[in-house]
Amino acid sequence: MATARKAVADSRANLPFVYRHYSQEQLKQVLHKMYLIRRFEEGAEECYMRGLIHGTMHLSIGQEASAMGICMPLAEDDQITSTHRGHGHCIAKGAEVSRMFAEFFGKTTGYCKGRGGSMHIADVAKGNLGANGIVAGGIPIAVGAALSAKRMKTGKVVVSFFGDGANNEGAFHEALNMAAIWKLPVIFVCENNGYGMSTSTARSTAVKNIAERAAAYAMPGVIVNGNIFSEVAEASFKAVERARAGEGPTLIESKTYRHRGHSKSDRNRYRTKEEIEDWMANRDPITLFETELRDFGFIDDQGIQAIRDAVAKEIADGIEFAKASPAPEIATLEDYVYTEHA
Amino acid sequence: MPTEVILPKVDMDMATGQISRWFAEEGAKVKKGDVLFEIETDKAAMEIDAPASGTLRNVTGKERVDIPVGEPVAWIYADDEVYAPISPLVGEMSTKSTEGGAVPPTSQREAPPSGLPAISPTRGEISQSPTAGRATPLARRLAREAGLSIAGITGSGPRGRVTRADVEAAVSAKGSAAPAQPTAGIASPAQAEVPPAPAAKPMSDDQVLKLFAEGSYELVPHDNMRKTIARRLVEAKSTIPHFYLTLDCELDALLALRTQLNAAAPVKKTDKGEVPAYKLSVNDMVIKAMAMALMAVPDANASWTDSAMVKHRHADVGVAVSIPGGLITPIIRHADEKTLSTISNEMKDLASRARSRKLKPEEYQGGTTAVSNLGMFGIKDFAAVINPPHATILAVGAGEERAVVKKGEIRIATVMSVTLSTDHRAVDGALGAELLGAFKRLIENPMGMLV
Amino acid sequence: MDIAVRELSYAQAIQEAMAIAMDMDERVFLMGEDIGVYGGAFQVTGDLVERYGADRVIDTPISELGGAGVAVGAAVTGMRPIFEFQFSDFATLGMEQIVNQAAKMRFMLGGEVSVPLVMRFPAGSGTGAAAQHSQSLEAWLGHVPGLKVIQPATPHDAKGMLLAAVADPDPVMIFEHKLLYKMKGHVPEGHYTVPIGKAEIRREGRDLTIVATSIMVQKALDAAAALEGEGIDIEVVDLRTIRPIDRQTVIASVKKTSRLLCVYEAVKTLGIGAEVSAMVAESEAFDYLDAPIVRLGGAETPIPYNPDLEKATVPQVADIIAAARDLVKGVR
Repeated sequence: MATARKAVADSRANLPFVYRHYSQEQLKQVLHKMYLIRRFEEGAEECYMRGLIHGTMHLSIGQEASAMGICMPLAEDDQITSTHRGHGHCIAKGAEVSRMFAEFFGKTTGYCKGRGGSMHIADVAKGNLGANGIVAGGIPIAVGAALSAKRMKTGKVVVSFFGDGANNEGAFHEALNMAAIWKLPVIFVCENNGYGMSTSTARSTAVKNIAERAAAYAMPGVIVNGNIFSEVAEASFKAVERARAGEGPTLIESKTYRHRGHSKSDRNRYRTKEEIEDWMANRDPITLFETELRDFGFIDDQGIQAIRDAVAKEIADGIEFAKASPAPEIATLEDYVYTEHA
Repeated sequence: MPTEVILPKVDMDMATGQISRWFAEEGAKVKKGDVLFEIETDKAAMEIDAPASGTLRNVTGKERVDIPVGEPVAWIYADDEVYAPISPLVGEMSTKSTEGGAVPPTSQREAPPSGLPAISPTRGEISQSPTAGRATPLARRLAREAGLSIAGITGSGPRGRVTRADVEAAVSAKGSAAPAQPTAGIASPAQAEVPPAPAAKPMSDDQVLKLFAEGSYELVPHDNMRKTIARRLVEAKSTIPHFYLTLDCELDALLALRTQLNAAAPVKKTDKGEVPAYKLSVNDMVIKAMAMALMAVPDANASWTDSAMVKHRHADVGVAVSIPGGLITPIIRHADEKTLSTISNEMKDLASRARSRKLKPEEYQGGTTAVSNLGMFGIKDFAAVINPPHATILAVGAGEERAVVKKGEIRIATVMSVTLSTDHRAVDGALGAELLGAFKRLIENPMGMLV
Repeated sequence: MDIAVRELSYAQAIQEAMAIAMDMDERVFLMGEDIGVYGGAFQVTGDLVERYGADRVIDTPISELGGAGVAVGAAVTGMRPIFEFQFSDFATLGMEQIVNQAAKMRFMLGGEVSVPLVMRFPAGSGTGAAAQHSQSLEAWLGHVPGLKVIQPATPHDAKGMLLAAVADPDPVMIFEHKLLYKMKGHVPEGHYTVPIGKAEIRREGRDLTIVATSIMVQKALDAAAALEGEGIDIEVVDLRTIRPIDRQTVIASVKKTSRLLCVYEAVKTLGIGAEVSAMVAESEAFDYLDAPIVRLGGAETPIPYNPDLEKATVPQVADIIAAARDLVKGVR
């Protein structure tokens, strides 16, 4: 063990970005969180199938490295706007899975007190201004938050997550333009998982890479492999530095893949079984990161098992918490529509 | 929304109409364009089509009853519409008030104004029914609070809608004497049998007297005749659908004949010396002409009963006689068969005994028509109230010289306007016109009355 | 002593309110198209950019959706934006952010945030700007829980309600009739607020209640003055806020007069008049109604260009007079 730890230290200089910038504990924490995202979504999916959660949900299984990599360089009071596929962002930004489960169960202990559910999951205290049911809905809001940060000189950076579908919404273009002309501290993160619902980016988008859109708004456009944690984190780190320095926005295209369908009602008619299995078997972001960590000597099998066990318990506890939590009273139906006057 | 079926205006001056016959009954399936009912106006009958397809419901428009134009007479429910029966109370109100054909008088204005035959103040206008309880929410509430039934209040608003002002008038008219009427949605079958909701009562005695300074009047208690006149005229005007026809008759020939006949009258010896055996008046000739006209148009010589039309074989002509404190209508029986001199003498006798209140009931009860003549007062034209069981009454104006245009030339003629009031249930417009035409022919060709 | 009443135009009153709001609170800033050196399409922001700088009087690109979203984002993260749509018609472009985001964010997030956002909408016809620059879309937004929607009808209220809106923790949509911008009236100096959600009785009367909004308030007052000579005594209620609506004032007025006429410029069908009518019909005022409730609203047509057609599209004083007279005289 001692030799392994020494090897880590010696080889760091030649390792990818994150291994040079973050401590072993931090990196193990990343693996922990990636597992937490994965197991949270698997747990939510199971609860959904058991009828414990109603509505629908959009799972980001397969995209964990993207969420974690982007959030890695963010400070706790930096802010994000998220998407309908936002469970990963929420956890990556620091949310507790128990309160997320509670929200999915529609309970008063949920982050949105049962008013939002999966599609509007948020954690304002940790800087998550909320998932959004409208494609590209959060992008201008992130720009507005960045305007606040700049006007109030808080030094905060704002990340706007969105999918490949959003790049064809007007709001995307309007927001990127304004962020650029006003040099706002905002990072636009397009998690390109290849499909806007069923329509592939090849069929829907004129440019080959969404990052090319950045040129139109005079900002850097960066393409990363969204399934490799370090690559994503490195791009995010640079964009955050640029934003904090007042140099303006960056567009990061994080190319990734969702293992599950668009939502729970997806019959998967637009992609092949082979394609899905290839991504799952050969490009799973957790497997890739876990292998790297082990290969670079940051963790051993025992450590991995410990993380998996801890995550399993956290998930089980979270579900129990949600089940045991109180449902909102019907009498509170109209609460939170307006700000209550004291 | 179910589709409203209204009584449509099918004639220019039409204010009311009658449904002569329904072709579909309550609950029947109808198609848009099907003939629903037939309207009878003064001039014609007209078939009215269904405005929508569906089921016919809430048929409130009764046959042979005057219904104001625009009034809903039924509703058509589309197949997917839930039929909500109108409340029994409202239905009852509607039925009663429309069957009555006219609203009971709301003020003393419509009670007999004088000892003379009642004159309808509004020619040709038939009282508006209060409709199926059309009233504003405020009017309903005020009526409820005042213990009044909306059905008994005449609405002054559009399509007979009862408004606050109407209820307030009714409330002040109700006075202290009238007991509160139960209203508001508590109709029981028993209650539905109750006679029509009381009319907005005329003002109470106290209310009337309050309008005049004390000492500025004298109270004359009603005698029985006054009470009878009041009761019968109110009844007549509020239950008979009056209908009016007017035309002018030239009198010159009649006046000439009358002069000749009177000049030819033999002299009769009496205890007052020698007097002519008769002295014909124009009115005597009018009585005769009316009787003969009725015989010529026998369908008009009728009386209305609910179960049947009473067709008379003789013309018994009542003649309104003004007497101190009132009026009475003695009858010339079989006037069609009597000579002018007989009629004239009989009339003189009846009139004189009427003034001394010596008539026997059989001398003024019954009759098949009546004549009311206000010509001697210079009245040009008026309409009289029918005296049941008559179906007609002839109101006779003064004979006066008027410019008459004949064949493009103006000449002077003595002209008398007469107005026939008919009970529309028994004598329709055309029939009444025929009767009046026959009368005019006899007046203008008076020799016909001698043969 | 000079007690002359200070008069400002409606536009000046708004401008003064925005200046006071910016003086009082560093977080307040203005956003909109051409509101800087141009001074705003209707010169409402005027020279504010010279006084407060381009950082606080921000010209946006012609991006209504994005601009509205930026305002929402700024509001939710601690700023107090006042966003001007150049014409209320362009609200259609920003509808997503207004309706899906601004209105719902607090609710969706279980009360974790507020959206203290003010949006201004120059609205209404009468300028010959035709179908896409003349609409009155307040009822669209009035239909959305989470928003507050106001229509000040006087310079006094324009200032006081804007200051109330800026102080309000929730999104407030202000519909300003373009023909009112030049209307002059008494406007007190300094800071004051006129409460949102409270109607104002502009004229007391006993025969008929006219509930009017925006420019129709003045028209209703003109009609009421004209009918005075006929012995018709009209109460004019300036609704001022269409969400949350002031039920009490309207219902109390109708209970007093027993008759209700709603007058508004927006298309009649499914408009504020429908809401006021239904509200009264559902209330205890029902039993006080002595006539049908009548609405006078815009014709069922886009606003036409031809000036005579344009006038005929929206209620005019003569229309109000005729409708009011008919109602009081029992013709309707």
